[in-house]
Amino acid sequence: MAILVDKNTRVLCQGLTGQQGTFHTEQAIAYGTNMVAGVTPKKGGTTHLGLPVFNTVAEAVAATGANASVIYVPPPFAAGAIREAMDAGVPLIVCITEGIPVLDMLAVKQRLETSSSRLIGPNCPGVITPGACKIGIMPGEIHLPGRIGLVSRSGTLTYEAVAQLTAAGMGQSSCVGIGGDPLPGTSFLDCLRLFMEDDDTDGILLIGEVGGTAEEEAAEYFASLPAAQRKPLAGFIAGRTAPPGRRMGHAGAIVSGGTGAAADKIAALASAGVRMAESPARLAEAMAEAMQAGA
Amino acid sequence: MNLHEYQAKEILRRFAVPVPRGIPVYSQDEARAAVRQLAAFPQAVKAQIHAGGRGKGGGVAVVRSEREALEAAERILGMNLVTPQTGPEGKQVRRLYIEEGVAIEREFYLSLLVDRATARITFIASQQGGMNIEEVAAEHPEAIARLPIPADGVSKSHGQQLAEALGVEPGSAAAADCISLAENLFRAFTESDLSLLEINPLGLLANGRLCCLDAKISLDDNALFRQPDLRELRDTSEENPTEMEAAAHGLNYIQLDGTIGCMVNGAGLAMATMDIIHLHGRSPANFLDVGGGASGERVAHAFRILLSDANIQGILVNVFGGITRGDDIARGITAAAQEVKPQVPLVVRLAGTNAAEGMNILDASDLAITTAADLEEAAQKIAALTAGA
Repeated sequence: MAILVDKNTRVLCQGLTGQQGTFHTEQAIAYGTNMVAGVTPKKGGTTHLGLPVFNTVAEAVAATGANASVIYVPPPFAAGAIREAMDAGVPLIVCITEGIPVLDMLAVKQRLETSSSRLIGPNCPGVITPGACKIGIMPGEIHLPGRIGLVSRSGTLTYEAVAQLTAAGMGQSSCVGIGGDPLPGTSFLDCLRLFMEDDDTDGILLIGEVGGTAEEEAAEYFASLPAAQRKPLAGFIAGRTAPPGRRMGHAGAIVSGGTGAAADKIAALASAGVRMAESPARLAEAMAEAMQAGA
Repeated sequence: MNLHEYQAKEILRRFAVPVPRGIPVYSQDEARAAVRQLAAFPQAVKAQIHAGGRGKGGGVAVVRSEREALEAAERILGMNLVTPQTGPEGKQVRRLYIEEGVAIEREFYLSLLVDRATARITFIASQQGGMNIEEVAAEHPEAIARLPIPADGVSKSHGQQLAEALGVEPGSAAAADCISLAENLFRAFTESDLSLLEINPLGLLANGRLCCLDAKISLDDNALFRQPDLRELRDTSEENPTEMEAAAHGLNYIQLDGTIGCMVNGAGLAMATMDIIHLHGRSPANFLDVGGGASGERVAHAFRILLSDANIQGILVNVFGGITRGDDIARGITAAAQEVKPQVPLVVRLAGTNAAEGMNILDASDLAITTAADLEEAAQKIAALTAGA
């Protein structure tokens, strides 16, 4: 079933009636995602895009059996929306919203430690299992069903990677954009583990960027696996030319004080046995080489 | 968003954190009034710029009389201060902070930040204050203590751990100060939505008490909407005017020192584009993320900003449309190019949503635009077109 989502995933949308929620839910329905409900406070009882709208997530879950939620709620209210979905016991929460205050996310992250919910994002493109379920803002048509797993901290660079894989005939089992914020709900390492344990995934492409230590953790985990449990891994780190101390667009992409530099991440991954693409134009090539070389 | 030292100390004062008395001034007259108001000597005259290492650049003076104070103020106010953190171009000093002098026995390092790895607000403490903490961390990692604060907040025991980490004498006034300091700094951090709070140095004074001798604060930009008072503290004269203009148009622009202007949607793809320019023997003149769902108008603004950089020898546009539509980008480019008439080669690569329509618009225009089918071709073309430039 690939990872996180498949054709049986029942998706509700928090913020359905807003501009973003409406646009991306239309796209998701067109892609074949099983959208079952929307949540907008005070609009319960209405319908939107043919979907029933509820006042609360708990009501929507009770009425529709939704087991995933996608959040298109403005930043001041997004952390509250995540908490509401956690309280309603939604197993998978995907938060697309960009610009959530760090301390709001810190509180969410600390609650996740004792919650059964999984959060993807925030500030992310979402998750897709090609041909089955698209949750998020990625263009569906560039994907191809297949057996390569993709995990990325970026948005459009993920699309670039997917397009290269598809052009090379390498379909994807699932693609996860974990988001560029300093405190992502699901880490690079979490996704790598899921793909490593997924029977429908044969190889994994990692797209990282400067800032933080997520890639180093992934490298350490991969190096610690017995050879028999390893799947072929290829990777790319964006930001080799990013100057230290400058914030490149999102909070994740900041190099500071010798940690988070692209060169360190590339070295860590390469020495763990990950096939690193030197150029962002050679992502599919690196993946193909890794597949050819075997685990 | 970064604050000046005097602003940071004003925030700390509100949370009952000990800081020396001080007065910010903008002119020589104000300096004289401040020096007289503080009355006692020595005093410190400190340049207020958004960069560290001010002392090394001659931006801080310890003075023992009104005459010395005014001489220092005269010299520092308006000077172009170059420090290890300003870059060679330096920063003009527009504000001074005149502060009472204190007798210092020892200097510590103390900061608060959100640790990504543990998802905890964490105190970083070291007995080696006044130094560059990154150097200490690299050379003597054992000299740095980390105190993560649990989800339920700070307690007395954290203050005690802090006292231990700083090596202050158990039972002393300074040890007691550590307890209130930990609590008050934590409150300042959480209630003001800070992303960094750094006290370097934290002084142990001759009177046995702790005092924050310097303070650096960064605010979480994402939380400014609920911190209206702090938002007012922005000093726009400290920021790059082109970067500010870009931000006003929803663009994320950072000026660099290369020659190839780039315009990309998304931060990761923008960095990857900078990287591939580098691989082809050129260097990027900027980072520019036009954001998701960029309109033609925003693209046109982005163009004007790129072309305002005199170092530019060529422009590479790389847009992978998800929410952003290729035809909108193409219309923005043609509109801007007709108006601004770039005198440098322009290579455009569009992919994703409505990319084919966008490419058709570019091909049909009579502008000198080179299109590219993919990232590699785009990088090759801009490198070839700027060879020998």
